[in-house]
Amino acid sequence: MGFPILSLLVLLPLVGVLFIVLIRGSEETVKRNARHTALFTSLFVLGVSLMLLFEFDISDAGFQFVEHKTWMPTLGLTYSLGVDGISLFFVMLAAFLTPVCILASWSSIEHRVREYMIAFLILETFMIGTFLALDTFLFYVFFEGVLIPMFLIIGVWGGPRRVYAAFKLFLYTLLGSVLMLVALLTLYFQVGTSSIPELIANPVARDLQMWLWLACFASFAVKMPMWPFHTWLPDAHVEAPTAGSVILAGVLLKMGGYGFLRFSIPMFPEATEYFMPFVFWLSIIAIIYTSLVALVQEDMKKLIAYSSVAHMGFVTLGLFTMTTQGLQGGVFQMISHGLISAALFLCVGVVYDRLHTREMSKYGGIVKNMPRYATIFMILMLASVGLPGTSGFVGEFLSLLGAFQVDILVAAFATTGVVLGAAYMLVLYRRVVFGPVKNKEAAAMSDVNKRELLMLVPIVLMVIALGIAPNFILDRTGPALEKLQSHYQYHIGTDMGDYNNE
Amino acid sequence: MEYLAVFSPLFAFLVVGLLGKSLGDKASQFITCAAVIIAAISSVMLFNDVILHADPRLIMVASWINVGDFVVNWSLRIDQLTVVMMCVITVVSSCVHVYSVGYMSHDDAKARFMAYLSLFTFAMLMLVTSDNLLQLFFGWEGVGVASYLLIGFWNHKESANSASIKAFIVNRIGDFGLALGIMAIFMVFGTVNFTEIFGSVQAHTDDVITFLGNDFHALTVIGMLLFIGAMGKSAQLGLHTWLPDAMEGPTPVSALIHAATMVTAGVFLVARFSPLYEFAPDALIVIAVVGASTAFVAATIGMTQFDIKRVIAYSTMSQLGYMFFALGVSAYGAAMFHLMTHAFFKGLLFLGAGSVIHAMSNEQDMRKMGGLWKKIPVTYTLMWIGGLALAGIPLFAGYYSKDMILEAAYADHTWFGDFAFWAGISAAFMTAFYTWRLMIMTFHGKSRAPIEVQKKVHESPSVMIFPLVVLAIGAIFSGVVFYGGFVGTYGGEFPDQHSQEVVAHAASVQDEHGAIPWDRHAFWGDSILVLPENDTVAAAHHVPDWVKKLPLVMGLSGIVLAYVFYLLFPALPRFFTFIFMPFHALFFRKWFFDEIYDAVFVRPARCIGKIFWKTGDKGLIDGLGPDGLSGLSRRIGGLLGKMQSGYIYHYAFVMVVSVIGLLSWVFIRAGGII
Repeated sequence: MGFPILSLLVLLPLVGVLFIVLIRGSEETVKRNARHTALFTSLFVLGVSLMLLFEFDISDAGFQFVEHKTWMPTLGLTYSLGVDGISLFFVMLAAFLTPVCILASWSSIEHRVREYMIAFLILETFMIGTFLALDTFLFYVFFEGVLIPMFLIIGVWGGPRRVYAAFKLFLYTLLGSVLMLVALLTLYFQVGTSSIPELIANPVARDLQMWLWLACFASFAVKMPMWPFHTWLPDAHVEAPTAGSVILAGVLLKMGGYGFLRFSIPMFPEATEYFMPFVFWLSIIAIIYTSLVALVQEDMKKLIAYSSVAHMGFVTLGLFTMTTQGLQGGVFQMISHGLISAALFLCVGVVYDRLHTREMSKYGGIVKNMPRYATIFMILMLASVGLPGTSGFVGEFLSLLGAFQVDILVAAFATTGVVLGAAYMLVLYRRVVFGPVKNKEAAAMSDVNKRELLMLVPIVLMVIALGIAPNFILDRTGPALEKLQSHYQYHIGTDMGDYNNE
Repeated sequence: MEYLAVFSPLFAFLVVGLLGKSLGDKASQFITCAAVIIAAISSVMLFNDVILHADPRLIMVASWINVGDFVVNWSLRIDQLTVVMMCVITVVSSCVHVYSVGYMSHDDAKARFMAYLSLFTFAMLMLVTSDNLLQLFFGWEGVGVASYLLIGFWNHKESANSASIKAFIVNRIGDFGLALGIMAIFMVFGTVNFTEIFGSVQAHTDDVITFLGNDFHALTVIGMLLFIGAMGKSAQLGLHTWLPDAMEGPTPVSALIHAATMVTAGVFLVARFSPLYEFAPDALIVIAVVGASTAFVAATIGMTQFDIKRVIAYSTMSQLGYMFFALGVSAYGAAMFHLMTHAFFKGLLFLGAGSVIHAMSNEQDMRKMGGLWKKIPVTYTLMWIGGLALAGIPLFAGYYSKDMILEAAYADHTWFGDFAFWAGISAAFMTAFYTWRLMIMTFHGKSRAPIEVQKKVHESPSVMIFPLVVLAIGAIFSGVVFYGGFVGTYGGEFPDQHSQEVVAHAASVQDEHGAIPWDRHAFWGDSILVLPENDTVAAAHHVPDWVKKLPLVMGLSGIVLAYVFYLLFPALPRFFTFIFMPFHALFFRKWFFDEIYDAVFVRPARCIGKIFWKTGDKGLIDGLGPDGLSGLSRRIGGLLGKMQSGYIYHYAFVMVVSVIGLLSWVFIRAGGII
């Protein structure tokens, strides 16, 4: 075993937390030092994660940089970490978005800065841990642990209805996770191990798979969120501070999709096949239903939150096609959405910081004073709509391409989301940025400053770069997903032959 | 050279788009104009290589998406069809770029405008040079975005914003079809690359696509889906409502995007897929019928409108209808011929109308014009040239291409060919009528403009007139010059043996410069496929005399009637409007498409959205879910009387109960261990 780079990634943020706890001095000093320490720590994590990206072996479909330590020998639990093509970019996403979030909170969070920064760094540990864990119970600890700092971020630093939103989030996710815990326990007692690779290699009997699939589905579908478990998301987004929304949309939602890829599909392949149509129809409902709901929203954050549900519909659709294109498209769509929706929430944050309202009708005609903002927002809006040349297109199109090979009707329904998506995003942009000036204060807002450019421009560049050269990600996710696909096909007994030549 | 032709507009867009502010207006205008003119020169040079020396080429630029069997590259496919499009795009675009320097001289966002024009030109070039459907889709959506940005260029105007959103969304409905078409092609062919698709069409002629338990002929389904995309972009009946509204954009935009280039992308798409459509005859029938109906309906609306730009917009829609029914009867060469001549004369008419609007202090209503011919004689003369070309008068470009289309439709000898022929003939009459109605209302009679506007009427500066002259040259000569290449046969006679032999023959008789002669087979090479039994262009040379003369007769009588109506007896129009009230209302209100769509799609979508939100999310899901649960727990709490009143305890209670319940269930199932 070489250098424990994965443990370093998981534990580094906690070291930052330790430093922040130790800060002493006047209130101002504490605030300033807490911000700087948090930013520095998260940038350090980003650096380490970049090292991971470059050290990652493209040709290897299995887990890399594996670390294995006994944790609770009496129970046979282990502390076991590893990264493969599926988890690699989720780790990257978490490592990238955390410093962005800290920058986004630089001046908008004024009270309890120390606690806020601690919450974010702990959140980072849990997020990265979730994607790296190779032991079911370790995974569970991280997966659930995420909820605590998120709950606090919304509940303490959120908007006026933050308590309602925080509890709704808590209730939904906890209910789901309780069911998942039951499933993980059952697996442990049935198979006798908590190691994820071993559980994948030894699927349980078909009948039991059905129940366990449903239990896990409850948890992941809430996280995703899939229709009809989505209503916590708009409330959580609306009440969360900007950075909370960014991390929620950017990383937390992806834990659901990751769960499907790591647990539901490989551990319960036969159940996956059985429930495939069920997931398809939920995805289609999510795409059409939430797009229509997004069309009538007045609150900018709510609109983007609903659009997230629709975009996640493309993800579940793609993943459960179990075709090469669908799987790759689903994963790509998650990464792309992680960037685009995060940046869109940042864009809302930019104007919210200036005018303190999210009502679209309070804005209008701001393009004149904020041309740079208008340009950035325009590119992101078009990326969200799935314009070819941006990352949004690649994921969406590949998912649909996968779906078309499995069920044309499903693909046709899902494709209507492309039309509806354009409608609500263009209307949002028009009402906020274009049109006559309705509100003098809105028209007088200043353009994005350097700090805001520093958060937004890298994301915009990545969105375009990944749209023009998506192979950077696809080449790395490919082998692991192909392995997953052949594993699935082996277990459900279909031929290893290619779907596409049918 | 290929790179120069395609990427110099992109370069100009990036430079001016990012640095426009610091470069200043003059430099921005210079960079964009220079880049597009370079692209135009390169395109003409490519025309020489690719067509005159029969040397099509395929260049791979970079890898794009690579997922399993789905392999797509960024590439440049420069064949005969592409090169024709490239020349049309870059030449018209250059004219519009230069014209815009004058037209937008009073606007304060000149750099942004020029950057958008260059972006559009680049996207359009990507569309036509693509060797696969995905890059074509990239260009397709790219021109859509550029069009959206340019229609809404004056973004403080609510009407401009509505129009730009409408254009984008209606086009997206077309893209819905195109996207599904791409997926269907991938399913059937296992690839989205043109070379591979066209090479294997014959192996898939009997394939079926199963949908809802029924088997459909795969190629027909694909053809229909691609055509839906073409309908959106090319404003064919049903998906046309965005085009007239798009006139909200500055006039150079209307000329470039909504007349000469972008709206012809659908025609290009179908022509590009001629190797597939030739084996999907049912799809061709649909194209012919939709095209012919569009030509007719748009012409009826064009006769009744008063906004000078809208008249020309409906005229564009009608002419696009001609191109489509030409495609529908397999006369791809004729459709491309009309595409090119139309680009010249319609670009000319639009820019001329822009010159009029410019002179009239931004007035667009023809009822407030009149008597302008003495004040702006150059514009007047140029508009005459455009009008004669549009009306199909001999020696002007439109005559050759439109006649060719009508003759090909007649020569098809099918029910839809006849339908297209008669729809086209009546549209030809209406075209001439509304064109001269426009000319007379704008330029003749007494001026109906307010005095202060009349005083300011002035001829446009030479930077605006020069591009008009270039387009006018095209509108006069492009028909005569290119007739032989686009639709003619070497030596003028139609040989009895067909296709391969003729191509081989034509290619073999190269003249002393190595150039091949003016023959449509040699001109198009392998870029267009027409099955011998469908070759209506060949048959069109042998139609009866009356078929050849009828379009001209209709055109002339339309012009005469316009003179009678609007110059000799100005009371007549009102009289006829009164007599044919219902028809006039139908035409004037544009056959009520907008009203119907609003009632059937737009309002219900918002209404359903509201219902889903209020009743679905807030009522049902939250009511039964979290809110209901907390209500339930509160009631249980009340019953037990021992619970605290705080929120969290209620939830915790529910949690604990469910956890215990589920755990016990699992352990019981697992056999009671532990």
